[in-house]
Amino acid sequence: MIKHEVFEKNSIILLIGILIVVSIGGLIEIAPLFFLESTIEKVKGMRPYSPLELAGRNIYIREGCYNCHSQMIRSLKDEVERYGPYSLAAESMYDHPFQWGSKRTGPDLARVGSKYSDDWHREHLVNPRGIVPESVMPGYPFLLDTPLYYKDMKEHLEANRMVGVPYSDEMIETAMEDVRSQVDPDADTDGLLARYPKAQVRDFDGNPKVLSEMDALIAYLQMLGTLVDFSAYKADGPDLR
Amino acid sequence: MTREITANARLSVDGWVTAGALLIGAFYATLTAARTEDPVMSVHAYIFAGAFILGLFGIIKAYFDNSERLADQPAGTSIQYNLDIIKAGVIASVFWGIAGFLAGDTIAFQLAYPDLNFDTSFFNFGRLRPLHTSAVIFAFGGNVLIATSFYVVQRTCKARLPGTFAPWFVFWGYQLFIVIAATGYLMGATQGKEYAEPEWYTDLWLTLVWVVYLFVFLGTLWKRQEPHIYVANWFYLAFIATIAMLHIINNLAVPVSWTSSKSYILFAGVQDALTQWWYGHNAVGFFLTAGFLGIMYYFVPKRAGRPVYSYRLSIVHFWSLIFMYIWAGPHHLHYTALPDWAQTLGMTFSIMLWMPSWGGMINGLMTLSGAWDKLRTDPVLRMLVVSVAFYGMSTFEGPVMAIKAVNSLSHYTDWTIGHVHSGALGWVAYVSFGALYCLVPWLWNRTQLYSLKLVSYHFWISTFGILLYITSMWVSGILQGLMWRAYNDLGFLEYSFVETVEAMNPFYWIRAIGGAFFVVGALIMAYNLWRTARGDLRVESRSLPPEAVPSPVAAA
Repeated sequence: MIKHEVFEKNSIILLIGILIVVSIGGLIEIAPLFFLESTIEKVKGMRPYSPLELAGRNIYIREGCYNCHSQMIRSLKDEVERYGPYSLAAESMYDHPFQWGSKRTGPDLARVGSKYSDDWHREHLVNPRGIVPESVMPGYPFLLDTPLYYKDMKEHLEANRMVGVPYSDEMIETAMEDVRSQVDPDADTDGLLARYPKAQVRDFDGNPKVLSEMDALIAYLQMLGTLVDFSAYKADGPDLR
Repeated sequence: MTREITANARLSVDGWVTAGALLIGAFYATLTAARTEDPVMSVHAYIFAGAFILGLFGIIKAYFDNSERLADQPAGTSIQYNLDIIKAGVIASVFWGIAGFLAGDTIAFQLAYPDLNFDTSFFNFGRLRPLHTSAVIFAFGGNVLIATSFYVVQRTCKARLPGTFAPWFVFWGYQLFIVIAATGYLMGATQGKEYAEPEWYTDLWLTLVWVVYLFVFLGTLWKRQEPHIYVANWFYLAFIATIAMLHIINNLAVPVSWTSSKSYILFAGVQDALTQWWYGHNAVGFFLTAGFLGIMYYFVPKRAGRPVYSYRLSIVHFWSLIFMYIWAGPHHLHYTALPDWAQTLGMTFSIMLWMPSWGGMINGLMTLSGAWDKLRTDPVLRMLVVSVAFYGMSTFEGPVMAIKAVNSLSHYTDWTIGHVHSGALGWVAYVSFGALYCLVPWLWNRTQLYSLKLVSYHFWISTFGILLYITSMWVSGILQGLMWRAYNDLGFLEYSFVETVEAMNPFYWIRAIGGAFFVVGALIMAYNLWRTARGDLRVESRSLPPEAVPSPVAAA
């Protein structure tokens, strides 16, 4: 048996001992998630975010929405009844970072897409207590007036491709154009819809003159949870509690 | 004499290296500031450049002061500890502590009265909450850990910190990290991962500072005049090394460009989730537990004047604690899309973790054997002991909440917030306050604190605040969890979500008021420490007899 003195008298041995002991758990627990194929379900409908949705997601992250809203419906009966089918790992496979959240000061948003109108979202984001008097959410009126900065959209998609999101060369080439055409009902959107099926095309913030941060954020909220077709995927699994 | 001065007036090696690095850094930061279109990056590049130039001035000033200062040193004293850096760390700890507590209480009031968000971008809850968590964990906790670790490692090794500039680089580099992170949050720069919000360049900067920190700490161990490395240093070393590993892996990211503040995290979805909570839970395990246990192992025996209760227990609980903590992350992801096997593994280790945690608590509490009477006369010791008791309570509550059935109720609710704060306020902050109350008289050469009565006031006021905080969060958390899953007679969900939000309001007020008590307590401490450092002594009926005040000289 090793005497503990060995560790107490040699800082390098102590350091190596610590590093070995603290590495084991992570290696056994996390590493398999990258190799086991069962970790992420095979589902139809998942695609990378359209450039406008991605810009909206970045605003969601910037404002710290994850501090109060989860995007992870647990496999519990009441949650499935309140929010919809429980969240699949596949649904966040292109999320860098994940936004599952840890606290529900406000409700879960994993399937908020298409549940409310754009007008509802705009009014609610500008003045939450105007729509829901008991709400404790901060107001975000400045999103309406702030033009969306998207000059570097190509670089955003390229960075996403580097971390594994399958953006094609074509998607990267058309990134800026795709931002503009998704908020313009008169644009030729065949290309956009071929690249990003189910993308919703319209002016989201009620002001066609400005491509605002509000446009991007509502476009993101309106697509949350809408990609996977749950009529084709059996999500009321056996372990629903 | 002449020969000595010329020799000493030369800059030390770490001085040259630091100066060169600062010069390059200032040049690169200015270049970035000129090239970027990103307003956040622009502000940060200027802050970096300014800080690097200030650092250069500091080194140049030290170069000219060097000969003078060395001549002042009394000849023949055995060890010249670097105490200036501990003093700076104590001041920074108190400052950031109060800033972080105030930020926390501000967001607590925002939840009770949401108009306090003022509809602005930089003052809304979503941006201030990371400001609060980072300020208390990394700014307050981190400064306490750096200051106490530098103190303890010097004392227990009977050796001075190596290098002239390296320790100061750690200190000022860490403050710069805090400023960059905090201003970033207010401007909306965040990675969107809890407790790992700082963006890629801030993370890189912290990595650099942290590696130097590790080497300053190790360097002191290498110079030690004691054969054995004292137990507190095992915990400090585990904290420094493991935090480096967690920080680097969890923050792997690809920036949009070298001049953009935005990056995309390397991992996605479920893998990112588990990596994040592996990091997040071990930020608790190694930053807020292992590091602060290092404080406990030095300051509790020192203040009580008793040896550590059990040497064998410290070995067993040290290795089992650091081994098991790493596995506990998945309990943050029960019933989510994380595979079941990982959830079960995480739950199992979380429950087992109860034992090594209580091993530490028992070792801390039982150190008072034969000195329990001091709890009546010494409020500083009382604070230290109550911190260990809170540690025991929250490390029992944690495993309970990690059980899947309990977690299905507690997760996403305020119960988690209450649990975190019983650990953060009761354990982390109290053991820090205890250490600060010990350190200030030692560092500023005062016989004792300005006022023990004020320590008592601090203790009782903030304990009342903590109790308001955690009891209100228990009630609101369990209440909300039950309301979410309540069904009516017809088999429908009984409450809409917003009804459960409305039910939280009274508890949010109670919590915010509890937080205010805690802030008041900290302000009392700041005043008391300031008067102590000035050398004032308040005339009180029940001050400690001089022989009962532990001095730093009799250190382990």
